[in-house]
Amino acid sequence: MRSDPKDYELVAPGSLQAAVGLLARSPGEWLPIAGGTDVMVQYAAGKLPSRKLVSIWNLAELRSIEVLANEIRLGAGCTYTNIREHGVIGREFPMLSSAARWTGGIANQNRGTLGGNIVNASPAADSLPALLAYDAELILISVRGERRLPYAGFHAGYKKTKLAPDELIRAVCLPRRFSGYVCHARKVGSRNAQAISKVCMAALGRVAGQTVEDVHIAVGSVAPVPLRLSETELMLRGKVINESLVSAAKKMAVAEIRPIDDIRSTAKYRAAVTGNLVAEFLNLLSADGKA
Amino acid sequence: MSSSGEDRSKSEISFTVNGEQKTVLAFPMERLLDVLRLQLGLTGAKEGCGEGECGSCSLLMDGTLVNSCLVPALQAQGASIVTIEGLDASAGSQRLQEAFLECGGAQCGICTPGMILAASHLLNKNPRPTLEEIKEGLSGNLCRCTGYLQIFEAIATAAGRETAASS
Amino acid sequence: MNHERIVGTAVPRKEGREKVTGKAVYVDDMVLPGMLYGATVRSQIPRGRIKKITFETSVAWSEFVIVSAKDIPGKNCIALIGDDQPCLASDSINHPEEPVLLLAHPDRHALRKAVDAVSIEYNPLPAIFTMEESERGSEIVWGTDNVFKTYLIQKGNVDDVWSRADYIIEGEYSTGAQEQLYIENNGMVAAYDAKQGITVWGSLQCPYYVHKALMALCDLPAEKVRVVQMETGGAFGGKEDYPSMIAGHAALLAMKSGKPVKIVYDRAEDMAATTKRHPSRTRHRTALSRDGKILGGEIEFTIDGGAYATLSSVVLSRGAIHAGGPYYWPSVRIRAKAVATNAPPHGAFRGFGGPQSIFAMERHMDRIAQVVGLSPVEIRRRNFLQPGQTTTTEQVVRELIDLGKLLDRAISVSEYQTKKQEFAIENGTGATKKGIGIAAFLHGAGFTGSGERYLSSVVGVEGCADGGVRILVSSTEFGQGTKTVLCQIAAEALGLRYEDVTIAQPDTTEVPNSGPTVASRTVMVVGKLVESAARGIHQTLKLSGMLGDSYSAEEFRAACQAYVAGHGQLRSWAQYDPPPDVFWDDEKYRGEAYAAYSWAVYIAEVSVDLTTYSVSVNDFVALQEVGRVLHPVLAIGQIVGGVAQGIGFALFEKVIWQQGRMQNNQMTNYIMPTSSDLPPIRVFFEELGNVHGAFGAKGIGELPMDGPAPAIVNAIEDALGVRFDSIPLMPEDIYDAITARSLRGEDEVASVIR
Repeated sequence: MRSDPKDYELVAPGSLQAAVGLLARSPGEWLPIAGGTDVMVQYAAGKLPSRKLVSIWNLAELRSIEVLANEIRLGAGCTYTNIREHGVIGREFPMLSSAARWTGGIANQNRGTLGGNIVNASPAADSLPALLAYDAELILISVRGERRLPYAGFHAGYKKTKLAPDELIRAVCLPRRFSGYVCHARKVGSRNAQAISKVCMAALGRVAGQTVEDVHIAVGSVAPVPLRLSETELMLRGKVINESLVSAAKKMAVAEIRPIDDIRSTAKYRAAVTGNLVAEFLNLLSADGKA
Repeated sequence: MSSSGEDRSKSEISFTVNGEQKTVLAFPMERLLDVLRLQLGLTGAKEGCGEGECGSCSLLMDGTLVNSCLVPALQAQGASIVTIEGLDASAGSQRLQEAFLECGGAQCGICTPGMILAASHLLNKNPRPTLEEIKEGLSGNLCRCTGYLQIFEAIATAAGRETAASS
Repeated sequence: MNHERIVGTAVPRKEGREKVTGKAVYVDDMVLPGMLYGATVRSQIPRGRIKKITFETSVAWSEFVIVSAKDIPGKNCIALIGDDQPCLASDSINHPEEPVLLLAHPDRHALRKAVDAVSIEYNPLPAIFTMEESERGSEIVWGTDNVFKTYLIQKGNVDDVWSRADYIIEGEYSTGAQEQLYIENNGMVAAYDAKQGITVWGSLQCPYYVHKALMALCDLPAEKVRVVQMETGGAFGGKEDYPSMIAGHAALLAMKSGKPVKIVYDRAEDMAATTKRHPSRTRHRTALSRDGKILGGEIEFTIDGGAYATLSSVVLSRGAIHAGGPYYWPSVRIRAKAVATNAPPHGAFRGFGGPQSIFAMERHMDRIAQVVGLSPVEIRRRNFLQPGQTTTTEQVVRELIDLGKLLDRAISVSEYQTKKQEFAIENGTGATKKGIGIAAFLHGAGFTGSGERYLSSVVGVEGCADGGVRILVSSTEFGQGTKTVLCQIAAEALGLRYEDVTIAQPDTTEVPNSGPTVASRTVMVVGKLVESAARGIHQTLKLSGMLGDSYSAEEFRAACQAYVAGHGQLRSWAQYDPPPDVFWDDEKYRGEAYAAYSWAVYIAEVSVDLTTYSVSVNDFVALQEVGRVLHPVLAIGQIVGGVAQGIGFALFEKVIWQQGRMQNNQMTNYIMPTSSDLPPIRVFFEELGNVHGAFGAKGIGELPMDGPAPAIVNAIEDALGVRFDSIPLMPEDIYDAITARSLRGEDEVASVIR
């Protein structure tokens, strides 16, 4: 343990209103902590920049999962376990379920939250490509009220987000319009469990025969932020899947990402695997069209 | 201590541990692991990595498996905590411990308390897990000695006896 | 008596109940009144000289106990084989984790800030980080030539074989550093008082290594140094030599402060500063006849020892002796060398040089098979050592081992031939390629050569006042089952129940020096001594007229009680006596290298996913002959655990170095297998027995570490048709190799074929 607990303040407001009230009084000073699966790791390593923490674990307002007619609204404090165990999510957003299952071991799934994963803003976070692929929207809350914005574009740069210093993520909204889509999510890590991704992808699409009607491809760990491969998607829409299209998509995907060499992998490996995963997805899509 | 800058006061934090009500005086950001080990003398939870990777500090908090190295003490306020020391009580837990002994599930023993708590958490949710489910249930608990297979066997054995005992 | 009622059965692990209930006490669970916590200030540069040490004023230094090299009462070294490693650097820095100062404080949280508030200025010197740089000698960082130790093993005249060889096949193979990654970090508690001297309690493998080191460091006589082993949470060689360092540090702080001091490393410090498996490079040049028989060869085995000599010479020795594998070499020349670099010293890790040189040998056998045009099965079969033949050190194989039979059984249980055929068809299409690979190997039990003679281990068995029997050994339990198996042996030898026998917790004031718990020697060497000391107890009772030749457990208990009541004590000692026919020449490195070998054939089945270039091991067969299996459950546990570490060695565990420092010193970034990463590991034993070990046992602990890596890499080559000669083999490496091959357009044929 490389931090001294006496140097840190931690408060636990009893309600969401009280929590945002605290943030509002001195914006940027308080670091929210939910299940601690990221914050406590930094703390133990002596690398936590903030000395004042506000616990938002156990705020009931952040823990609900509402199933509405058009969307599912997940409280930002939902844990991976909550996500894994939710039937509608499992049926309609299986890639988010899978991502929850891939994140850490059971104990970390019991504590890690979706909102935490988003604000921690690691490009390697497993759930984020799924949120991107499903066109998620975020509801942010502060004493100034709530605002709703698309999740795409929320990450402004490496470990940077559009969250204002006095705001919390209230909920994540997933539109219920992907039934009938082919989904393909894959995590490529250093081992089968408890691994930080070297590449991860969540992709969905719909074909009529062999013609791509709609396609969303999101990737993680291959750029400073999780990414939708929008140019590749644009190029694919309306085209007939064949070998040359797959090959073109691979190339375009690789051109859209900005992978790096780090202690976990190499840029060229990440690029190659991203291309392969895109190809794998398109082949599945094509197979679905033939079925 | 004087060199650490401003001292912040400790908080009274109350929770139940292994069925007993406890109130401790701790800094709110102290790790639950340290509070249990140093203040309450419950040393069954071990620190292996300090970053939630190895699972040696596993315990049950309100019935859920957590890594206690990642829980700030304040978040344990009002919680019901079960450590390996408190697991002895139930017949199911004893079956698990016996099975670990018989099948060779414990070698050096350092991961064993966490492993048994993870196993207990798994069996509470899923009394007859498949091998794949056992593997997944333990994937946050690292063991360097056994190669896991005898642990899987122990859990399957305990699950089998559990079912036999309850039918 | 002696119908072997206990040996060979799965009795409960002696300390098992404490472990499953969380009551077992490890060093970090220990708190002494008034205890301080200690921390280590380390160098941050790989090589240089200390210019100046500054204590920043942000810390209230008067609250701290501070120890530097000047405070060492005795010799500033960690006494082991040589005495070159300082306990605290006073001037020269030779690696980036070198201890410089020690700090202690009652509040453990205060230490980190204090460690960070010590700044050390250096005159840096150029450093070297690879074996090749070390060999070039442009910088001499140790001794006069950067060489810790060399060995030359020569058999026959290898210079004669090249001219009559049909094939000469060369290869170079390398293995990386590997972290032991015991789940319990290293730690020690020390207490000092002028009358009793120093006592340390810790996580350790070798109490008498620590004892020796503390005597030299603290300048204390033997009776004023006491070393107690606490329950130890895994070791695997990683707690063989470094505990002496930590014990020394805790002792120095305890002596200076007059208070007990605990030093427990966190994971980051443990991974960065303590020992790892030696990185290695092996070059083979082998002469073969047309029918695939080895005529002779040259093997050059080099290991990176890091900054100080520590255990490198003995790791090198074992690696060199195992370099020829389980094959018959009519002639061979093995040159072995341990070189210095500016990394923390590498040390013991299960297998101790064997996994390194065996990886090379077993990869090379597959390469030979390809060139000669034989199957991996056949090439091995044709070259296996047979009883009566001699090893590379000219040790006659006296055991009636039939390696061909082991191979046949492994082939059969793994369905090798069927799978070979299936994979040949399946691999044509699809993004997953499957392969199957073999490794055959041997592992010597006990210390090498004259080692056991020098150790001259002593074991005690005590009859207790309550009529029970207690074993006195310094051999430690760290998961392998030392306590259980030694108690089985004593119970068996005396015809008692397993419950009648206990074993003392190793404490140098109570137990004799039965040698270090290393080298797969405990069951075979120490076990045999326990058997003999136990029989001595019976002898004494019999000579005193209190017990006959046959007796019940109750009769024994009564006799033992009566004897102790009458004589005060009932103890029996046994000391190692080398077998008379054992010959070993330390100069020429020739003779009986080990009293016995264990033998094995492992077969791995893998699939390689060409979308992600990642490898899964789908099935693993581990078949071995380890003499008599004394405890089936523990023995399987040793094999499965060793195979798991071997899979990590091959596919997962990569130390990332930068300027001699480990960069990925976190469990998150140094990847060991989880419960989801291992195949079914199917364990099979052949039991031939052995005259040297207790009830026919041989060594088992290290053996399973040797075979998995080559078997897996052989399987990967089988799957992909691409050669890999270096581990750890990561998906990135596989991607690179496949890309390189597709750029070249065809397989390379690089061997020299005459």
